[in-house]
Amino acid sequence: METTKILSARFGKIRPDSVEEYVAAGGYEGLKKAIGMQHLDVIEEIKKANLFGRGGAAYPTGIKWEQAYAIKKGPKYMVCNADEGEPGTFKDKHIMAEDPFQLIEGMTIGAYLMGATEGFIYIRGEYMGIQRIVRSAIENAKKAGYLGKNILGAGFDFDLKVVSGAGAYVCGENTALVESIEGKPGRPRQKPPYIKNCGLYQMPTILNNVETYSCIPWIVKDGGEAFSALGTDFSGGTKLMCLSGNVAKRGVYEIPFGTTLRELIYTIGGGIPNGKKLKFVHLGGSSGACFPESLLDTKICYNDLKKNGLSLGSGAVLVVDDSSCPVDYLKAVMEFFEEESCGKCTPCREGNQRMVEILEKLTEGKGTMEDIKKLKSLAQTMKTTSFCGLGQSAPVPVITLIKYFEAEFIAHTEGKCPAGKCKMNGKGVK
Amino acid sequence: MESVKEVIKRYGNSKDNLIQIMLELQQLSGKNYLPDAWVKEAAEELGMPLSKVYGVITFYAMFSTEPRGKYVIEVCKSGPCHVSGSENIVHILEKELGIKPGETTADGLFTLELSSCFGACDIAPAVKIGENVHGNLTADSLKDLIISYREGLTYGNN
Ligand SMILES: Cc1cc2nc3c(=O)[nH]c(=O)nc-3n(C[C@H](O)[C@H](O)[C@H](O)COP(=O)(O)O)c2cc1C
Ligand code: SF4
Ligand code: FES
Repeated sequence: METTKILSARFGKIRPDSVEEYVAAGGYEGLKKAIGMQHLDVIEEIKKANLFGRGGAAYPTGIKWEQAYAIKKGPKYMVCNADEGEPGTFKDKHIMAEDPFQLIEGMTIGAYLMGATEGFIYIRGEYMGIQRIVRSAIENAKKAGYLGKNILGAGFDFDLKVVSGAGAYVCGENTALVESIEGKPGRPRQKPPYIKNCGLYQMPTILNNVETYSCIPWIVKDGGEAFSALGTDFSGGTKLMCLSGNVAKRGVYEIPFGTTLRELIYTIGGGIPNGKKLKFVHLGGSSGACFPESLLDTKICYNDLKKNGLSLGSGAVLVVDDSSCPVDYLKAVMEFFEEESCGKCTPCREGNQRMVEILEKLTEGKGTMEDIKKLKSLAQTMKTTSFCGLGQSAPVPVITLIKYFEAEFIAHTEGKCPAGKCKMNGKGVK
Repeated sequence: MESVKEVIKRYGNSKDNLIQIMLELQQLSGKNYLPDAWVKEAAEELGMPLSKVYGVITFYAMFSTEPRGKYVIEVCKSGPCHVSGSENIVHILEKELGIKPGETTADGLFTLELSSCFGACDIAPAVKIGENVHGNLTADSLKDLIISYREGLTYGNN
């Protein structure tokens, strides 16, 4: 299967912070072309590309940029979300470690269009080494005239700065991220106003994921239609997918939209090792859905996934084999949300805690049918009443695991763990 | 060693830089924490109420207000590491170091912590020690790893 690589084409082939090597490998053609075009024509190409935000929420980037462009207030800020906290996601790390200039070029094109003179790349605190690479790339771009004053002699200025996170998953939420750049605790803000109108320092802010920005140079250089044509009718381009868990070849793979999950896991990923069978896939990170084998022929395409009640999220594909217990696994997932809830609103702060307590009971053989009912009802409450996306999506794995593995949840109330993972010594409540 | 004032001067005397300044100070402490006296000094320099500064540092998981070991060993317990056996990793470390998560060894060398995913899921189960990530861990490779950090200290002291 020979497929066009957009984002990973230069991985391992150039020194990541060498602007000369990036340019020699075709870099900065997009920015040069954009400077010679009408602003709205560039945005039109991005719209034609069918590029959807790669950070998880899948908002159409062309429309986001068109709206941001139309806002007359300023200064405008360019912000990159490199918080990458969704468990099972490690693709932005690869972009920044192996070819950070495509991100920098994408942001610079945005800055040129929007008239922004300042930009921030918010990189999670756990990626210290990567922060150094990106800082060095920024310095080198400045020296070579691709950042700073009067970029490429075209009369526009743009400065980029790396800002470090300090360990908080919720800072990936865009309003919390902006709070964190301002040096505050990263608690989400009330919306509206949206950050496109009122973001960093209360000014219009264009915020995208690392992978989203990194698609822009190629789109401008080769055209929106060429990008769109690589994918499906609905989802343009390629996607970096992160394979983890019980699969032979874990790693990051760039695939065209339209590839099925089965092809990704079995052909590209080499299938499940050690003679085990697939139990379920957790798609899109911890806040995504868990589902069994029967949905594996779904194409990786925002529309096809949606039709099956799934969403691509960040592109994390966690493969779980049949030695795992869904109740025990869910407990680990909900402990993550309990830990990462910012505590601002009650449904999420309390809900995640209660869920962990119930799941503890179940894994110890002390849970009842009533507890499973409580899990379901808490999930509904959190989904509909939480303040931000964290609390709204934390119940997704709860709902989907109970949907597909209810019999195993019930077995736990009878003191049995069918997978043999939970040590409850055959002790049910009754 | 750089003083609090010097670090603040390097980043710029602005509230926006609080998180960056605190990350730097924590590294300088040698014990992976923010001493109360430094926090007070930074609050004064930045013209911020102390409560606001503590509001920030207690929000973020990477900060500690209590002294920790020279090496903080973080074991990832998120989904991908969980299905790859991170619980075993915790058990082995507890035995090897003689401490529970949240505790520091008597010699002040190691603190054991559980953490959320740090993006090393392709080499799960993984631990992070300071800035370094170690993955594909087995019982043996984990023991070797601990030994190498212990020996690193003896060499470092020579
Ligand atoms: C709790 C939470 C965590 C998130 N974490 C991330 C993240 O780590 N990286 C990211 O790009 N987007 C994350 N998002 C989505 C962002 O809020 C935002 O939609 C995205 O960065 C926009 O960029 P895009 O349109 O290019 O995807 C998160 C959202 C929520 C609610
Ligand atoms: S949903 Fe959770 S993370 Fe979001 S504001 Fe409420 S408590 Fe904070
Ligand atoms: S789940 Fe452990 S590093 Fe990602």
